Amino acid sequence: MRNPFFSSMAEFAAGRDEGRFSIEEVTRYFLGRAREIDGTLHACLFLSDNAINRARQLDNRRQREGAPSPFYGFPVMIKDNLEIKGSPTTCASRILEGYRSLRTATAVRRLLAQGAVVLGKTNLDEFAMGSSTENSAFGPTKNPWDLRRVPGGSSGGSAAAVAAGIAPLALGSDTGGSIRQPAAFCGVIGVKPTYGRISRSGLVAFASSLDQIGPFATGAEDALECLVAMAGQDPLDMTTVARDPEEMRRDFDRTSLSGLRLGIPEALFGEGLDPEIRERIGEVRQRLVGAGAREEPVGLPHSASGINVYYVLATSEAASNLCRFDGVRYGRRTAKAGALREMYEETRDEGFGLEVKRRILLGTFALSAGYQEAFYKKARKVQAMIRRDFLEAFTRCDLLVTPTSPTPPFAFGEKTGDPLSMYLSDIYTITANLAGLPALSVPAGRDKNGLPVGVHLIGPPWSEGRLLKVAGEISRYYDPGLPPFHAMSAGAGGVR
Amino acid sequence: MSVGSPLFRGWEVVVGLEVHTQLLTRTKMFCRCENRFGAPPNTLVCPVCLAHPGTLPVLNAEAVRLGLRAGLAAGCTVNLVSVFERKHYFYPDLPKGYQISQYSHPLLSGGSLRVRTAEGERTIRIHRMHLEEDAGKNLHAGIPDKSHVDLNRAGVPLLEIVSEPDIRSPDEAVDYLKRLRQLLRATRVSDGNMEEGSFRCDINLSVRRPGGAFGCRVEIKNVNSFRFVHKAMLFEIDRQIDAIEAGETIRQETRLFDPSSGRTKPMRSKEEALDYRYFPDPDLPPLVVDPALIEEERRGMPELPESRAARLVASAKLTVADAETLVGEEALADYFEEGLALLETIPQSAGGKGRERWTSFILSEVLRELNRRGEAVLSGETSAARTVPLIVKVCSGELSFSQAKEVYQTAAEEGTDPLAIVSRAGLAQISGDGELLAFVEAVLAENPAEVEAYRGGKDRLFAFFVGGVMKKSRGKANPEKVGEILREKLGRTS
Repeated sequence: MRNPFFSSMAEFAAGRDEGRFSIEEVTRYFLGRAREIDGTLHACLFLSDNAINRARQLDNRRQREGAPSPFYGFPVMIKDNLEIKGSPTTCASRILEGYRSLRTATAVRRLLAQGAVVLGKTNLDEFAMGSSTENSAFGPTKNPWDLRRVPGGSSGGSAAAVAAGIAPLALGSDTGGSIRQPAAFCGVIGVKPTYGRISRSGLVAFASSLDQIGPFATGAEDALECLVAMAGQDPLDMTTVARDPEEMRRDFDRTSLSGLRLGIPEALFGEGLDPEIRERIGEVRQRLVGAGAREEPVGLPHSASGINVYYVLATSEAASNLCRFDGVRYGRRTAKAGALREMYEETRDEGFGLEVKRRILLGTFALSAGYQEAFYKKARKVQAMIRRDFLEAFTRCDLLVTPTSPTPPFAFGEKTGDPLSMYLSDIYTITANLAGLPALSVPAGRDKNGLPVGVHLIGPPWSEGRLLKVAGEISRYYDPGLPPFHAMSAGAGGVR
Repeated sequence: MSVGSPLFRGWEVVVGLEVHTQLLTRTKMFCRCENRFGAPPNTLVCPVCLAHPGTLPVLNAEAVRLGLRAGLAAGCTVNLVSVFERKHYFYPDLPKGYQISQYSHPLLSGGSLRVRTAEGERTIRIHRMHLEEDAGKNLHAGIPDKSHVDLNRAGVPLLEIVSEPDIRSPDEAVDYLKRLRQLLRATRVSDGNMEEGSFRCDINLSVRRPGGAFGCRVEIKNVNSFRFVHKAMLFEIDRQIDAIEAGETIRQETRLFDPSSGRTKPMRSKEEALDYRYFPDPDLPPLVVDPALIEEERRGMPELPESRAARLVASAKLTVADAETLVGEEALADYFEEGLALLETIPQSAGGKGRERWTSFILSEVLRELNRRGEAVLSGETSAARTVPLIVKVCSGELSFSQAKEVYQTAAEEGTDPLAIVSRAGLAQISGDGELLAFVEAVLAENPAEVEAYRGGKDRLFAFFVGGVMKKSRGKANPEKVGEILREKLGRTS
């Protein structure tokens, strides 16, 4: 158990209903844990000042009416690019200084409606652009398994918070791997749902056609509960699809390893992959085959272009989405008075960090007259080919097994000077976003340095339940356990 | 084309028009803020149209429906799949930093409008119509060192209607705009109110030698009345011809019309043109139109101005010109038809007896008051129902036509019921034979030479005698009765 109360939402619900602990007690515990260790870890940008009150109210209501949902009173951390009405939403950017949200993200609203208690907001790469949280304007989050290393990104704060036991569940967003890669780096489960499964309303957009919200959890069932609660069509997001969220639970229950066809894109296990990661994933594959699954080699011929396609499409959309941060209506405006043009330039120059600026420039270029054909439009064509590859592969297998990340968690500063190598850390995850497919990362043990390794499962559209069932089977063998930081930090917080 | 192009100093003018018209939806294009003109600044706004982070556009189905209706009315082809794209530029009245508009794949393609000018009738092809959102307004006036932004208009649904470069003169341009506006009003797509900016026009204009290659076009932005369109075009035609004849070349550029000077001024050149970086808006799936919706709109299509004019010509025996004048003022045409129907229910004016008088009354008196006082004059105390009794009295001989006109003018001015004025002023036509006979005899006695001439066959003098009697009675004589008595006295029956 990563906390003294429960190891899953089901246990939480049982303990709550049997009166073994109150929601307030649980909430106080997690907030206390955050205060105790987050000075070192820096997973959180701020903690809720309303959580205890809410917990107390939920306890009172439960006394009278009982708890309607397993979620009732369950604590959750929210990545700080998801909005909660009346609270700051920074996206870890200076440009949103002082901004308070006017609405609550649909996904969060649905969790709150079930009774979830929001503990606070977690750190991220600025506007979710990055793979290490080093791009946060408020300083990086550390990996609880090794404080000299990054937790991954962009949802590094949420991953670290769940790994370090600051929260039993956290929300992230995933545009090219921003949930799955930090989940792998921190040794937790992280799910990116099918595009259109969960409303993006209230998620500050990075690349609208690729972004999805998803959970970090320590168990597959908890992730499933969270997905079911958040999913479903939303009148505020026209890209959501009318699918019954309960189908995920049904798929979860129905899926069996026996006869399950595992697609193995052999090319992805070749050069560039850390040998130890290859080995760990090999063990997972053997386990699954031992349990009745069988392997099917598949080719994804266009996946090699995934990174290129992604960094054209994602930056194009990002450059467009970030136009609204102009200093006119909200957020930061430069103190240097000037004509309109200077106001725009100074505000955006002061407000955005280096990586965000880099991507705005790339995206603006890719959409410019004279270059759009060669970049944006060509990337869209290749994206369609990548999507076709996947759909073709899924005629021959039920899901794909790949590494989540080509390397173990890397050291701070190791890749900041070389954006291309940083971009490559998303090489296995990016294509699921380009094809709109559900995918997750689940711990597959640890390497010789004790660092977590993630295995990546990609499924056909709407197969989250199936993926989670398989993830649940894998985590029966490969629970990475608690990071050393967890034990060390009980007293002092001064690990550095 | 049934007529040749008019020439200007030996040059042919080539014009295409872009019209932006606000749609009569209850709410904005991508959020549920009210779509209304004239509210205090920034009171019709929400996180979506203020472009707060995390907000997403949700398409207004009513806007799609109105767009379809306009397109069908102009004979456009509906594209079953159309795409919303983002058009990027930074300006404080554009909250997202991009405008959502249709670009490569518009909702509607093709279509046309018939126009008529002194030169004759021609067809102007419509290139496309597409949906987009309006921007807000920057306010500079009366605020020293600062600019304010009003975003009530940001996100209001627009239909952009782009003509082919088929227009050949300022008259034709104005007629095209008038007919387009009529069409939009008749179909309840837009109120077409130019003062409130719900019908705005950009002009693309070039000149060439007749039959030669197209010249370099200049865009003139935001010309906001028919009169200004005419003026701006005349100025720009001369400017371009002057330049070319002086050996200069016309640069592709955008110019602004300045109403105070009547001139167009450079705004930005082609080199300064913005790169809008259009790309499909990933927040909005392609718009797929259900063919059933198209059928529904087709079936429910209200009567269009062209067919209404044709109907009035056939049923109310109007001339084509009169019918078009009426249809040009839709509210007036409604007024006309309502009155006509009423007249038919009253024995004195039924059977077409009131029709001619009503038509001429409308096209002179009511049209003039409408132009002077606006549409309010078509309702209230001077509504069709209140005005028709005047014409009934004319039919029955109780009032002269000129008395009816006077009464109507007073009624319009004072906002009083016309019948009340009739009784107040004791107006009644002199129909008594004795009184009229005295007038007739006096007139004949005063003009013996004319009486002689008339009897000698100068029929046209009959009107002269009638006029004389009317004058003597100060307009109160019943002209029909006067005619009868005159004919009797003059001893001719024809």
